[in-house]
Amino acid sequence: MTAKSLRFQNTFKALRQKNEGAFVPFVTLCDPNLETSVKILHTLCAAGADALELGLPFSDPCADGTVIQAADKRALNSGATTDRCFEAVSRLRADYPDIPISLLVYVNLVTVYGMEKFFEQARVNGVDAVLMADVPCCMLSCGEDFVAAAEAHGIELVLIAPSNASDKIVREIAARSQGYVYALSRYGITGTENVFGRPVAMLKRLKELNSAPALLGFGISTPEHVKIALQCGADGAICGSAIVKIIERNLNNETAMLEELTIFVRNMKAATKGR
Amino acid sequence: MSILNPFFGRFGGMYVPEVLIPALEELEQTFVQAQQNENFKRELNELLINYAGRPTKLTLCRNLTRGTKTKIYLKREDLLHGGAHKTNQVIGQALLARHMGKTRIIAETGAGQHGVATALICALLGFKCRIYMGKKDAERQRPNVFRMRLMGAEVCEVTSGSCSLKDACNEALRDYAANFNTTHYMIGTAAGPHPFPTIVREFQKVIGEEARAQLQQIEGRDPDAAIACVGGGSNAIGLFTAFLDSKVPLYGVEPAGLGLDSNKHGATLERGTEGIFFGARSLNLQNEDGQIYESYSISAGLDFPSVGPQHAYLQDIGRVKYVGATDNEALEAFVLLSEREGIIPAMESSHALAQAIKMMRENPDKEQILLVNLSGRGDKDIFNVDKILHERGLIAADGSILIDQINPQR
Repeated sequence: MTAKSLRFQNTFKALRQKNEGAFVPFVTLCDPNLETSVKILHTLCAAGADALELGLPFSDPCADGTVIQAADKRALNSGATTDRCFEAVSRLRADYPDIPISLLVYVNLVTVYGMEKFFEQARVNGVDAVLMADVPCCMLSCGEDFVAAAEAHGIELVLIAPSNASDKIVREIAARSQGYVYALSRYGITGTENVFGRPVAMLKRLKELNSAPALLGFGISTPEHVKIALQCGADGAICGSAIVKIIERNLNNETAMLEELTIFVRNMKAATKGR
Repeated sequence: MSILNPFFGRFGGMYVPEVLIPALEELEQTFVQAQQNENFKRELNELLINYAGRPTKLTLCRNLTRGTKTKIYLKREDLLHGGAHKTNQVIGQALLARHMGKTRIIAETGAGQHGVATALICALLGFKCRIYMGKKDAERQRPNVFRMRLMGAEVCEVTSGSCSLKDACNEALRDYAANFNTTHYMIGTAAGPHPFPTIVREFQKVIGEEARAQLQQIEGRDPDAAIACVGGGSNAIGLFTAFLDSKVPLYGVEPAGLGLDSNKHGATLERGTEGIFFGARSLNLQNEDGQIYESYSISAGLDFPSVGPQHAYLQDIGRVKYVGATDNEALEAFVLLSEREGIIPAMESSHALAQAIKMMRENPDKEQILLVNLSGRGDKDIFNVDKILHERGLIAADGSILIDQINPQR
C-alpha cells in the first residue's frame, strides 16, 4: 500500500490562503509528439498553471469534441504509447516536484494495459490522480475494482459530476471523489463550440457535502469564463480545447506555440486572483 | 443501480460517462415496464405482423445441397420489411422511445440496414431521425444511403477515425451525450452499454423462436446446427437465444476477411483480446495499450472491431463456437445462393451460409439439418459485388460469373 499523494490537497490549501482559484490547463500527452509535448508541459507550469490535467491519447475518444480528437490522432500518429506518455510525465515531474498532475483516460487504456500495472506506473512516474471518462460511479467497483487498485498504489480517483446528476449521485461523488471533483458546466462533449453552463446549484451542493474542491470544465476558453466559474462557486477552472487549439495552429512553429501558450495561461491564471 | 443484471459473466456493464447514466436507467425502466404492459405488447405485435411481415418463412434449399445428404434451411429474415432482421428490434425500441417522450432518434449504421430500419420506423411513427454512417461504408453501400434519405432521415457521413462503423458509433455517442433529453440512441446491434445488449436480444429472439417451431413442424426435430453471422451480433443472438436451453450446436460466423492470420479481418471473438470499449467489457481488436484497431471485411455490416458482450460470454463458457469465413468464401456463397436458389443474400448473411456450405462439403454423406439465419437480402450489395468480380477478372466475356474461381482456397 502506497501512501496517498497530497499534492492536490496541498495546492488547494495554499490557493485558499492566497484567496485564489485554481487554473488547470489540459493537453493531450505526446501531442504533437513526445519531445514537443514535454516542452509544452514545462511551459504550462512555468506560465503559472496550478495543476495539470493530462489526457492519454485514445483511438476512440467518444467523450471528446473535434479538437481533442485531432490531438489524440496527432499523438498516436507520432508513435505515442502509454509508456511514452508516462515518460513525458516523469520528465516534467523531475523539474516540478510539487505540481499536482492528473491523468484523464478512457478505461480501455487502463484495463488492457493491466489495471494494477497502470496505477503502479502512474504513481511511479509522478501522477497524483486519475479520471476515467467512461467509468460512472455505478461501475467503479462492480466489475474490476478500480477504487481498490488506485488506493493500493496511492493514486487519487477523481470523479466527474455532470450537471444532470441526481442528488443521490452528487452525494456519492462528493463522498468518493478524491483530489478534486471535475464538475461539468454542461452536457455533451469537450470543445469550445457550445456555450458553457453555470451549474450553481450543483456546486453549492458539493460544498454542503464537503466534497473535494470542484473544478469546472467544458467550454471554458477565456479569462472571463474563469471568473464566471469562480463566481458560480467552483474552486477553479479546467481549460482544454482552447489550449489544444493553440498547439494545433502552431504545429510548424514551436517557438510561437510555446509563447502563445505562455501568454494564454498567464491571462487565464490572472483571472483566478482577487476573487 | 440497474434493475437487470448489466453483466454476462464478467462481460458487459455500462461503461459510459456519468452524464448518460440517467438516460440509460430511464431506458431500462421503460423496457422492464413495457415487457409487462399488454398495450405495448399488442402494438409491437401488430406492427411486427402487419407492417414488418412476421412470421418470416423457413425455406429449404432445393439445389444448393444436391448430391449431399445435408438439408439447409434458411430463416428468411431477408423477407422482412426493410430487407433485414434489423426491423424487428427498431420497432420495439421506437415504441420505447415514444413511451419516454423522445422526439428524435439517432442511430449508427454499417451496411446501412440498421439505418434503413431506423429511417422507416421513424417515418412511420413521426420521429426526427439522424443516421451516422462512416464515409467508407456510405460509399460501398450507396443504395442504402439513398433509401434512408428517401424515407426522411438525415444521413451524416462520418469522416473521423477510420470512417467506418466504430467511428459512426463514437459520433452517435457524442450526439447522445449532448441531446439525451429529447433523443433516443437506437443502437442497432446487441452491443454497447447495458441495457442495449439485453433489449436488442429480447426484441430479436423472435427469429430463433419462430425458426425452432417451424423446423419442429416440418422435420419434427431440432437442427444439427444453427448458424448465424456475427458482427456486433444481433441476428446471431436473435437466432441463438431460443436454442440456449438445448444441446443444438451453435455457430457464430465472423468475417475472416483476407484470412485470420492476415491483419485484415474482423474476427473479434477468434483474435480479439479483452477490454472495455463501446460501453461494455467484451473482446476487441486492439493493441497492447488498448488502442482499437480498424477492422476489415468485405461486408460493411460485419466490419467492427468489437462484439456484443453476450457473445464473448457464450464463447467463454463454450456454448457457442465462433468460426471465420473469408471474403472469398462469403463471396462464393453469395453467388451460389443467387445462382442455385434464386435468393440474393446480404454479404453479411453470406458468411453464415459459407459455414453451412463448408459443413456440407466436409461431410457430403452425413444426414444433417443445418439452420442458417439469412439475416438480410443482398440487393444493397450487387453494385459492390459486381465491381469486385470485374476487378478480379471473374466475369467472363459473355457476362457470366466464373463461380468456380471465386474461392481459390477451396
